[in-house]
Amino acid sequence: MVEPSAPSGAPIWSRQGWRQGFKLGMPVLAGMSLFGVAVGTTSARIGLDFVDVLLMNVFVYAGIAQMVAMEIWPQSMTWGAIAALTLVVAVVNSRLLLMSASLQPWFAPLPGWQVYPLLYYLTDPGWLISMRYRGEGGRDLGVHGATTVLFLLVWLVAVIGGYFLGSLIANPQRYGLDLAMPVFFAVMLVPLWRGPRRGVAWVIAGAVALAVQHFVPGWWFIVAGSIAGAIAGGFLEPDGTAAKKPS
Amino acid sequence: MSGIDLDRYGVWVAIAAMAAVTFLIRAGGFWLMEHVPLTPRLRRMLEVLPGAVVVATVLPIVVRGGLASGIAIAGAVLVMALRRNDLLAVFCGLAIVAALRAVL
Repeated sequence: MVEPSAPSGAPIWSRQGWRQGFKLGMPVLAGMSLFGVAVGTTSARIGLDFVDVLLMNVFVYAGIAQMVAMEIWPQSMTWGAIAALTLVVAVVNSRLLLMSASLQPWFAPLPGWQVYPLLYYLTDPGWLISMRYRGEGGRDLGVHGATTVLFLLVWLVAVIGGYFLGSLIANPQRYGLDLAMPVFFAVMLVPLWRGPRRGVAWVIAGAVALAVQHFVPGWWFIVAGSIAGAIAGGFLEPDGTAAKKPS
Repeated sequence: MSGIDLDRYGVWVAIAAMAAVTFLIRAGGFWLMEHVPLTPRLRRMLEVLPGAVVVATVLPIVVRGGLASGIAIAGAVLVMALRRNDLLAVFCGLAIVAALRAVL
């Protein structure tokens, strides 16, 4: 991990970075497109206008949260329904708070007009690709910019396609496409591996997520497991120095 | 509040509220970290976070998805460990699950 204050860690933007980012984003596109089509199809099914769909996907741009919100979408909108939708979206998206926090050491030297648009369009796979790249010593923001732009465009095309043509796509499960995103996530564990200390934290994250999923309805398991794993990682000493050097 | 005609604009109000809360969350982590000193412990926590998010997201999906998805994910991770090619690994994982679902 590059020290954020060190000059070598200062962020740069370069054309090679953009190119590398587009390449790193490719493995995500199958899963993301399928999910976008599902969101578009669901939007049509619950009777949203095309303008509403565009507004939601340009301004909310949070697929899982939109799916859960559309599950509870009311026939006619009331203030109570709006409050419930907002709460559900906040809960499902709360994991993004942790991701945004972890980007701060990298983004901190940037001006606000660059930071906030990048954060506005922050996605799980884009964040994961950037954290892997950053963990390997990278500092080129073109990588993050490229996945941000690529995913936004692919998402909008997929949602619009799903809105108008979704019913034409039969049974994506047959090709395993519903697993595309989980598979990509799991694959990212390999470059993120840094030895057993991190492995222990991951096991704790998984165990807490499974337990919370079992006992608590909804999507809290992602946030609970992530926080538990991060805390465990923070309190386990770095490899080889256990119980010798106080931190 | 009661001045807004929800029958006409309710969907837009809902979308605006959803967009606002989502942006507050996306910007909030960055904003918080600007006001909290980055201690070594906190940095270690943030370093572990990506893997922890992955495991906390994927493991419950695998457990719910059954044997085929478990084997597919394990296969994809193995391909990644051997070849270090994420596109190939994702493709192998999807091929495994498609094949297993055709058989099972």
